[in-house]
Amino acid sequence: MTDQTASTGLWRGLGLRQKQVVWAWAFLALPILFYALIRFYPTGEAFYLSTTNWNLLSKPAFIGLANFRRLLADPVFWQVFRNTVLYLVIGTPVSLLLSFTVAYHLDRVRLLHGFIRALYFLPFLTTAAAMAWVWRWFYQPVPIGLINDALAALGFPQQPFLRSTTQSLPSVLAPAIWAGLGFQVVIFLAGLRAIPTTYYEAARIDGVSNWTILTRITLPLLRPTIVFLVVFSSIGFLRIFDQVYNMTTNDPGGPLNSTKPLVLMIYQTAFSSFDMGYAAAQTVVLFLALLCVSLVQLRLLRDR
Amino acid sequence: MRGFRGMVLGLAMSIGAISGARAQPVEIEYWQYVFDARIKAMNELIKRFEAANPNIKVKQTNFPYADYQTKIAAALPAGQGPDVVQLFYGWLDNFVAAKFIQPLPKDAFPPQEIEKDFYPIVSAMKRNGEYYGLPTAVRSLALFYNKKLFQEAGLDPAKPPQTNDELLEDAKKTVKRDSAGNLLSEGITLDFPGQDYHWWRETLVRQMGGAPYSDDNRKVTYDSEAGAKALNWYADLQRVHKVGQAGFMDEGQAAFRAGRAAMTIDGSFRLGAFNNIKGFEWGVAELPAGPDGKRYNFASYWVNAITTKATGEKLEAAKKFMAFVTTPEAMQVWLDTVGELPARRAAAETDKNLSHPIYGPFLKALNYSTATVFVDEAGQRQVALDLANRVLIQNQDAKAALAEAAKAEQAILDRYYAGK
Repeated sequence: MTDQTASTGLWRGLGLRQKQVVWAWAFLALPILFYALIRFYPTGEAFYLSTTNWNLLSKPAFIGLANFRRLLADPVFWQVFRNTVLYLVIGTPVSLLLSFTVAYHLDRVRLLHGFIRALYFLPFLTTAAAMAWVWRWFYQPVPIGLINDALAALGFPQQPFLRSTTQSLPSVLAPAIWAGLGFQVVIFLAGLRAIPTTYYEAARIDGVSNWTILTRITLPLLRPTIVFLVVFSSIGFLRIFDQVYNMTTNDPGGPLNSTKPLVLMIYQTAFSSFDMGYAAAQTVVLFLALLCVSLVQLRLLRDR
Repeated sequence: MRGFRGMVLGLAMSIGAISGARAQPVEIEYWQYVFDARIKAMNELIKRFEAANPNIKVKQTNFPYADYQTKIAAALPAGQGPDVVQLFYGWLDNFVAAKFIQPLPKDAFPPQEIEKDFYPIVSAMKRNGEYYGLPTAVRSLALFYNKKLFQEAGLDPAKPPQTNDELLEDAKKTVKRDSAGNLLSEGITLDFPGQDYHWWRETLVRQMGGAPYSDDNRKVTYDSEAGAKALNWYADLQRVHKVGQAGFMDEGQAAFRAGRAAMTIDGSFRLGAFNNIKGFEWGVAELPAGPDGKRYNFASYWVNAITTKATGEKLEAAKKFMAFVTTPEAMQVWLDTVGELPARRAAAETDKNLSHPIYGPFLKALNYSTATVFVDEAGQRQVALDLANRVLIQNQDAKAALAEAAKAEQAILDRYYAGK
């Protein structure tokens, strides 16, 4: 009984502002706790597992940094690392350039503006797996592959696409870029609309060329939008999985690991070979890569 | 207060007495992965089993193949999951080491009788004199051929190729290309991710006089003259003779199903799927013999095992269920529904089955089959796929490609056996 009085007294003793803070923390505690449980705890656990030889069935035993040494000596890891970087350095600039070009011109279109925007956005709403399978069939050789059928009909030689070690990565990347385009276009459009028209009017009165307007007014004022999209799409390309896995299910990440991203390697190591400790070590590397890329980008694109 | 408590206690006791007298049915859980025909067959078996054992209920649970092992590994240590579980023969050591499954009780499953009645490939389930699992059905490979395409090419649809040379000749006659050389229909499918990697490893390598692994399965031995000969013979189907092309129609079985391949090598588990296509006339033949006239085949199987979760009356029920699903009757149901072959010789080699135009070739193969021992099925398969791609896509020399594959696979074996 005395405890209760004491705590009631304590609550009474607080000022209105302090009470608000307590309430705010009480409400915030729930999502933070939940987040800690489903995000931070497993992340910490992954760091621990990366130092064990857990194979899902046995008890994990501590083996120090052996998994990381094995990773550095694994040629597949370096190939996969190279692929992941390629997805990033091709995917992000190409998709941003395309989506900006589309948004820049779409911004000036009045006729059917909403309809065209919806068309661009549609692929973003489609399940990645379904889309990947459709593209997978596009890429098949004659007689079922749409692209090769067209090439053959025009008298060109067939292309191997997914059956080639050089063409397969761009072939997998293309639908991934296409799928994300709609989202980026919409964000760019919002960014373009947010630029006050007075700047443009002033520029026109001064008789400045379109190119100068683009480079001196539009792009600098779009910086926050660009920063957001660069970080967002970089993380997306670093974590690419659905497209690759669905387009190469028979030989995931193949042929000869030429399309395999880090996430797929982690998935296979963990859930096909059940080498959980080694997979956790790969996860730690991916985590560090994502962290570095995000930090570097934020720093480079920061407002000066 | 006291009176009320006494009343509740009395009521509870009388309810307990009633339900105790009614002989509560024991429920056991059975797990297998998702594969329509297998689920259907198991439902039929459960129906028959429950009719014969009204005191036992069997609940079947299924998971997609990709999640299957993960689910088992998550459930059993927590005291959940199956009492009787289906597992791939290659997983046995890991399951035993993790104490997921218990040896089959010798009273119900005497080892001498198992060895007398089942095909010898079942001995892979024996550890220290005890059997840990028994299959209902086993699978082997065979050559599937499209009778209509054979006829169109002027071949006798009743005479499938009997040797590798005949296979090549028939493939050359049945392949179709357009004027620009684009493949329209294959003579034989090339599909390493399908079953060809087994065909190459267990059949072609042996036919050329080699062996894929050492007798104790700890050393890779296909990095040899025989291995290179086998690999070149296989790759030449595409490189030189152009009778097929890896990746044509996406998958070999898809090409065959669509009538765009005259021949394909596949397993008995595919029968159910091919049977469902109307107006599709196909036949089955034993895998062709090699230059020395010898035949080899690859067999694999799923076994049922009793988990460590089953104790007491559940263990008794699980024993009864295990015994039932390995009876000749259950094997016939499995053969008719799934197309997989009975694991008991007596149930398999009936006159009816042996003379069956489709089951016959698969059954004959069981007498000259090997069940490859895998330590990391996915990893070892990947090595084989890379081997084929090096030769077919990168035009690498067979010997160099084999050396690289052997090194990679040996590393997987070494890592596994080092931990034993």
